[in-house]
Amino acid sequence: MAEHSKARLSLLHAALVIARRDFTAVLFSKAFFFFLIGPLFFLGISGVAGVLGAQASQGATPPRLAVAMAPAEADAFVAAHERLAEVTRLPDLAVDPSYHGQEAGELLASSGRNIGAVLQGSLAEPRLIGPKDQIERWRGEVALIAADAAGSQAAVFPPVSLQPTQTSIASQRSSHSAIATGSVTLLFLLTMLLAGMVLSNLVEEKGNKVIEILAAAVPMDAVFLGKLFAMLAISFVGIAVWGGVVGPILLAGGQALPAVPDPAVGWPLFVVLFLIYFAMAYLIIGSIFLAIGSLAPTVRDVQTMSMPATILQLIVFFFASFAIQDVGSTVELLAIAIPLSSPYTMVGRAAQDATLWWHLAAIAWQVLWVAIFVRAGATLFRRKVMQSGPRGAKKKRRWGRKAAAPTS
Amino acid sequence: MDMATADAGASRTDTRPLAIEARGLVKRFDGALAVNGVDIAVPEGAIYGILGPNGAGKTTTLRMLLGIIDPDEGERRVFGHDNPQDIARLIGYLPEERGLYPAMKSYEAIAFMGALRGVPLAEGKERGKQLLEGHGLGHAIDKQIRQLSKGMAQTVQLLGTLVHRPKLVVFDEPFSGLDAINQGKLERLIRSLAEDGTTVIFSTHVIHHAERLCEGVAIIAEGKVPYAGSVEEARDRIPAQVRLETRAREGRWLDALPGDVRREGNFWHFPLPESGIEPLLRALIEGEAGIESLSIERAGLHDAFVAIAGEAAARAMGDNDPGEDGHG
Repeated sequence: MAEHSKARLSLLHAALVIARRDFTAVLFSKAFFFFLIGPLFFLGISGVAGVLGAQASQGATPPRLAVAMAPAEADAFVAAHERLAEVTRLPDLAVDPSYHGQEAGELLASSGRNIGAVLQGSLAEPRLIGPKDQIERWRGEVALIAADAAGSQAAVFPPVSLQPTQTSIASQRSSHSAIATGSVTLLFLLTMLLAGMVLSNLVEEKGNKVIEILAAAVPMDAVFLGKLFAMLAISFVGIAVWGGVVGPILLAGGQALPAVPDPAVGWPLFVVLFLIYFAMAYLIIGSIFLAIGSLAPTVRDVQTMSMPATILQLIVFFFASFAIQDVGSTVELLAIAIPLSSPYTMVGRAAQDATLWWHLAAIAWQVLWVAIFVRAGATLFRRKVMQSGPRGAKKKRRWGRKAAAPTS
Repeated sequence: MDMATADAGASRTDTRPLAIEARGLVKRFDGALAVNGVDIAVPEGAIYGILGPNGAGKTTTLRMLLGIIDPDEGERRVFGHDNPQDIARLIGYLPEERGLYPAMKSYEAIAFMGALRGVPLAEGKERGKQLLEGHGLGHAIDKQIRQLSKGMAQTVQLLGTLVHRPKLVVFDEPFSGLDAINQGKLERLIRSLAEDGTTVIFSTHVIHHAERLCEGVAIIAEGKVPYAGSVEEARDRIPAQVRLETRAREGRWLDALPGDVRREGNFWHFPLPESGIEPLLRALIEGEAGIESLSIERAGLHDAFVAIAGEAAARAMGDNDPGEDGHG
C-alpha cells in the first residue's frame, strides 16, 4: 500500500485548488463588478441625500419672532435687533402694528406668516409665547435684544480679530469620531456584501450539483476554507482597485483638496488595522453564512435562513456604532470582548485612540475566535452539505415526510 | 471482525486483492434507515454492479464507499484504506446528478476535475484537450459548458472523471440520460477500463447493463443487500428451465414430469430436475411422449433478481426504467 500513501491532496493544496477556481470565477463575474461599484452606489446615495437635504434646508423659511409689543417699544426692539444682528445670529422678526393686542394663539396659527413665537409684554418684562423648545431656544436672544433696546445708551461691541488654527482637542475628537463612524460603516458594508457573495457562490454550487464532485475528491474542510479565502482575496482585489483609484486622486489633488483629518493611530497604521479587522469580521461572518448555506437545500431556504444572520449583522453594526461613541466605557469593552462586534469596535477605537497594545490583544483574541468559528463552520458544513439538496426538499414538501438525504 | 477475512460477495476462489470491501454499512437520515447492513466485496480489476430500484440505497452506499458521507455503523475499505479520501487520487467518481460549472470551458472543466485529484492544472488542460479530441469533441474544446448539449456535457464530465487515470472508477447510474449509441460507447469504455486493470463499479436499475458488463453484482432493495456475488452464482440460484415440445398429450410419460410443470399447448415448462436431464429423457422416450423439441434454458439475471429481491423490487426496477432503451 506504500504507493497509495501520498494519494491525496493536502488540506492546504485542496483548499488552494478550490480557492483558485472560485477566485477566477468571481473575478470575472457580474457579482464582482457590482462589488466594485457598490461603494459608488453608497457614495451616490449619500451625495443625493445630502443635496436633497441641503435644498430642503435652503428652501425652508426659518420661523420668525412676531413682535406684539406696544408700538414704541416694538420700534426700540427692532432697532436693537438691527444693531445686534451685525455681531451675532438672531431670529428673524415679523413686525406689524396690528400684532399689538392680537391674540398670540391667532398669530401662531396664521399659516401665511410662519411665526414661531410671539413676543408680548414690555421691554422690562418681555413675555415669549410659543412651543416650549422654540421659546427656550430664543429666550437668551430676546433678553439680549430687550436689554439693549431698554438701555439709555447703546452698548459698544469691540471688534474681535480672528486667528484660525489647524485644530483643537474638540474638533480633533469630532473628526476622529467621524472617521470611526465612517470606517465602521464601510466595514459593515464590505462584510455584508462579501458574506452575501460567498453564500450565493455556495448556493450556485449546490444548484449545479458540483458540490458532490468536490465532496468526493477533497475534504469538505478544504472546500469550506477554499471558498472562504477565495472571497477574502476577491475583497482585497476590490479594495486594491479602489485604493488604486482613490490614492492617485488624493495625490494629484494635493493641496487643492480639503485637508483630511488623521485618525488617532495615523493613516498608514489605520489602513493596516482596517484590513486586519476587515479580514477578521469577514472570516467570522463568512463562516456563519457558509454553515447556513450548507444547511439549506434550496435558494429560497438560503434566503430564509440567512435573514436572521443578516439581522444579527445589523444588530452587531448598531451595537458597535453605539459602543465607539464612548471609548473606554463598559459598553465599548463589552463590544470588544464579543467576537462578532470586536473587529468593528476596534476599527472605531483605532480612529479615536492611539494606544497600540489594545490592538495586539484584540487581534489575538479575534484570531482565536476566527479559528473557533471557522472550525465549527467547517464541521457543520462537512456534516450537512451532502445531506441537503433539492431532491430531499422536494420529497419533504411532496410527501410531508421528514427530510431525507437523496438516495437511490 | 477482520475485514481481510470478509467474504462479502467476492468469489471464494478469487485470489485477486480487493479494491473495495464493506461490511455491515448502515446509514440513517433523520432516524430513517436508508442503508441497513450492506456487505460488498469488489476484487481489483472487476466490473461490479450495484443493482436495485430507485430509492433502494444505491447512491447512499456509493457515497459511503467513497467517503463522501460516513456510515453510522459498519466499516469500509478502499484499497485497504479506512478513509477513501486518503487515496482520492486513485478514484474517479461520476455522480448520478451531473454537475459542471457552466462558465468553464470544456478542457478547463476536465483540468479542474483533474486538479481536485492532484493533476497539475497545466497538465490537466493538456490531457483535457487530448481526451476531448480522442472522444470526438475536438470542436468543443473552447466551448463553455453552458454552450454544450446535455450529452456533450455528460461526456465532458465522464472524461473529467478519468483524466487523472484512476485505479478505481465509480459511476452512479452512468447510463441514465444516454441514448442507445452513447450507452454502447459507455459500455465499450467500461470494458476497456477493466481490460487496463481499472476496477469499475457502477450502480444501475437496468438489469441488462449489469448482466452484459458485470462479473459481480450486489442486489440492493430497501437498503439491504440480499445478494452480493458473481453474476454466474446469482443465475445459478435459479434452476435451469426445461422447455419440452411433445406430439402426445397423454401417456405414462406424464408421470416423469415434475409437479410444478406449466403447460402451453404442446409445450411443457418446468425446472430442470435435480437428478438431471438423462433420467427424464429416458422416461419420455420409453413413455412414447413423441419429443418434438427439448431445450434447457439457463436463468437470466432478471429471473435471479426476481427470486432474490422479490417481485415488488423487480416491478420497481421496471417502473423506474425509462432509460432501458436509452431514453432515461
